[in-house]
Amino acid sequence: MNLMSLTAVELGKKIKAKEVSVVEAVNAALTQIEKQDAKFNCYVTVDKEGALKRAEEVQKLIDEGKLTGPLAGVPVAIKDNMCTKGLLTTCSSKILNNFVPTYTSEAVRNLENAGAVIIGKTNMDEFAMGSTTETSAYGVTKNPWNAEHVPGGSSGGSAAAVAAEECFYALGSDTGGSIRQPSSFCGVTGIKPTYGTVSRYGLIAYASSLDQIGPIARNVSDCVAALEVISGHDEKDSTSVPTKGYSYMDALVDDVKGLRVGIPSGYLANGLEEEVKQGVLQVAEELRKKGAIVEECDLKGIEYAIPAYYVIASAEASSNLSRYDGVKYGYRTEKFEGLQDVYKKTRDEGFGDEVKRRMMIGAFVLSSGYYDAYYNKALRVKAVIKNAFDELFEQYDVLLGPTAPTTAPRCGESLSDPLKMYLGDIYTVSVNLAGLPAISVPCGVDSKGLPIGAQFIGKPFGEKEIIRAAYSYEQTRAYARPEL
Amino acid sequence: MANVIDDATIDYVGILAKLELSDEEKEQAKKDMASMLDYIDMLNELDTDGVEPMSHVFPVNNVFREDVVVNGDDRDNILANAPEEKDGSFMVPKTVE
Repeated sequence: MNLMSLTAVELGKKIKAKEVSVVEAVNAALTQIEKQDAKFNCYVTVDKEGALKRAEEVQKLIDEGKLTGPLAGVPVAIKDNMCTKGLLTTCSSKILNNFVPTYTSEAVRNLENAGAVIIGKTNMDEFAMGSTTETSAYGVTKNPWNAEHVPGGSSGGSAAAVAAEECFYALGSDTGGSIRQPSSFCGVTGIKPTYGTVSRYGLIAYASSLDQIGPIARNVSDCVAALEVISGHDEKDSTSVPTKGYSYMDALVDDVKGLRVGIPSGYLANGLEEEVKQGVLQVAEELRKKGAIVEECDLKGIEYAIPAYYVIASAEASSNLSRYDGVKYGYRTEKFEGLQDVYKKTRDEGFGDEVKRRMMIGAFVLSSGYYDAYYNKALRVKAVIKNAFDELFEQYDVLLGPTAPTTAPRCGESLSDPLKMYLGDIYTVSVNLAGLPAISVPCGVDSKGLPIGAQFIGKPFGEKEIIRAAYSYEQTRAYARPEL
Repeated sequence: MANVIDDATIDYVGILAKLELSDEEKEQAKKDMASMLDYIDMLNELDTDGVEPMSHVFPVNNVFREDVVVNGDDRDNILANAPEEKDGSFMVPKTVE
């Protein structure tokens, strides 16, 4: 039996039944990483020593009956923008090339409390800015389905590690699609929860009003198991929203009878690859067969989501990234004259092109004389988009559409034209602007042999509806794995 | 291109973003920023008169908690990340003559 082909929940059961030890599971993951990560480059850091030591501790707690959850003892990979105490956290940037956090992010801490073993930190676009994991300062991550293609981004390392069976599940973060789009490109499942569901404490900020942590795994059940653990109110994050419950397991039912599913017609319009469109329509058909009411609807103002997103995200990034100055942590330039020189040279040498591009746009739209025309305008457009979703959710329980307009592009094709790359976020960014939950599920492969993803979008805190829809659809098809 | 970014603007943005850009980087940044702004200008097509700017999607207003210290003294570990430190402090070049 190849342990690495098990899902996270399956492995958790075997560990609980003492069929597999935690050390065996960790060793299986480490062996797989050693065997093939030189090819895919999913990880920035592999914590072999720490994981093996932790495996023994967790095993002991399981044996003593102190850890009983479904993910106890299961190795997990963490995107490298979440702080992990004592473990290098780079955000895939040169400017944090030596940063060892003194505390652990709340989401990761919750996983640890549930018995997770961190196997390593996954590669990403620098500071989560990008859609291909090519802007990392630590090399490009490759798509496990075809190493000539990108895994998507920015959580490309997490999605690729799950698909390449170099971990059992992973955490990613999603500011404009960074969990869902790589999940789609790598043929795995990813959830971006409602804004405020998972604490952002210890998540290195890109655009604070849009960032949200979520799970990436090989099926819906694994994602739900992880989501239950990481979600919850946290007073260390002032935007954490207390809700009635964080229990999602009971939404894992194969039943969509009467579920009202809307497909925004704009989501099937020009720019969408025909094979992706067919994939999504086939999801609609399966749900219809199971008794869901599926119809096309009109989502107003959606074409304005991308420009509004880039104004808001860049503005927040320019503010958030001002803290990297070569003084308290991270990289510092070697030659300087005076403090201002330290700041400027450190930042010029430490940040990559895409990060600089967004910081400059952000500084510009926030500057005196332009603030109202750009930044406030974008916040008004955000309100219009939020209202358009609210109106649709009066008629529908969930919305269905593609996750991305294409399957994974070839490596090296995207960065030359940033604007074109941004347009690939068309179906994902509006969800972040409106703070909604969404899930990407695989729905087949195209003629190039690359995975296609479908996305369900829910109303605020409507995780259960999207989980039910995704789970019900998932039952109609077998998990497709890449040939490794 | 409708938007043209001149040298003064790119220098000003460089100051705001605390970046020391090479001449080559400046030229590229001027082009990138102009094309991005041309694209962003599309927002003006949408009539937002009477719409309030929305910063938070959910009605989360001032969030307070008791001002209680919960973390311990972690100075040594924090300073271990500093590029340069001296006598328990972050070290920077002389700032006052």
